[in-house]
Amino acid sequence: MKLVMIFFGAIFFNNFVFNRFLGICPFLGVSKRLDTSIGMGMGVAFVMTVASTLTWLLQKLLVLLHLEYMQTIVFILVIAALVQFVEMFLQKVSPTLHKALGVYLPLITTNCAILGIAILNIGFGYNLLETIIHCLGASAGFTLAMVILAGIREKLELSDVPEAFTGVPIALITAGILAMAFSGFVL
Amino acid sequence: MSILKELKRGIFLENPTFRLVLGMCPTLAITTLAINGIGMGLATTAVLIGSNVVVAALKNVIPSQVRIPSYIVIISTFVTIISMLMEAYVYPLYEALGIFLPLIVVNCIILGRAEAYASKHSIGKSALDGLAIGLGFTLSLTVIGVIREILGAGSIFGYALTGENVSMATIFSLPPGAFFTLGTLMALINALTRKKSPRKKTVAAKREA
Repeated sequence: MKLVMIFFGAIFFNNFVFNRFLGICPFLGVSKRLDTSIGMGMGVAFVMTVASTLTWLLQKLLVLLHLEYMQTIVFILVIAALVQFVEMFLQKVSPTLHKALGVYLPLITTNCAILGIAILNIGFGYNLLETIIHCLGASAGFTLAMVILAGIREKLELSDVPEAFTGVPIALITAGILAMAFSGFVL
Repeated sequence: MSILKELKRGIFLENPTFRLVLGMCPTLAITTLAINGIGMGLATTAVLIGSNVVVAALKNVIPSQVRIPSYIVIISTFVTIISMLMEAYVYPLYEALGIFLPLIVVNCIILGRAEAYASKHSIGKSALDGLAIGLGFTLSLTVIGVIREILGAGSIFGYALTGENVSMATIFSLPPGAFFTLGTLMALINALTRKKSPRKKTVAAKREA
């Protein structure tokens, strides 16, 4: 039951984009088209789950060695190295998957959602299974938010937006209205 | 290049929030109160100055193939130092900023300045650039924080502006208000600056064609 709550909570109540404000840069940058936003969502889901599993294990080691204050440095290095490794691995093993996700991988390193969820999992005191479920839910919520915004932005291209609002401002206003809709889940 | 010119460039011409649209996550997340905006801005400024100085000092030592991981180590070192200092001396602010304090590491402004400026310029110039860009970021966060605090909580820097019975637009303290405030401010700045820039002509010309 707790696992179900974590999963759906991460998608709706604590949506990464609309409630926790993590991963806003790719959310605004990649959400211009539907297909790219789905690709980015897949990439984030994959890296997030692997990175969180690794950092969860590393945190145990850090606690054992009384080095908790090194958390930020260790986590970000692990994530950066992991993304690089995943890119090389995919290139060798599955060129088709690499073609689909390749463009998004470098962008994912500086995605604060990845480091954010790694730190959050530790803060919440989740066990390994809960960590993985939380990552799956969070990335599903992230993808959902991006796909909705991309759908709206594709329509917005054709509509007459006031000149000062074109581009990022109207995307932010749209995201605000979506955030209002998502805050309905909380109440 | 005078100091004032550098500051003007960082704060207005290349404002990281409104001009370059970088570092959106902390901008939206922690600006519920003006004081949080200032705190986050100054913490980022301190990290930015520190990392710019070290990157500029080591620019001839770091091999270009491993420069990005090296920059990340330098930045996260400063982030760890700043968050330890804040935990010791300004604990309420440390609590309020929460997860966004360690997340300064992945703030694209800092890595961006290291790569685009500090790796090519002298230590002094890089420190000044860090200060200018950092102050620009601080100013944007404070403006957004002040607006959201007045509209959402009816106070400014913690001092109540309205009586107890006046109910404010609480939505501005909630996540949707962050998107609305930033979107409207950005549009306002676009409208104010576009009049002077020659870009409008090209847009108008494109429409006619």
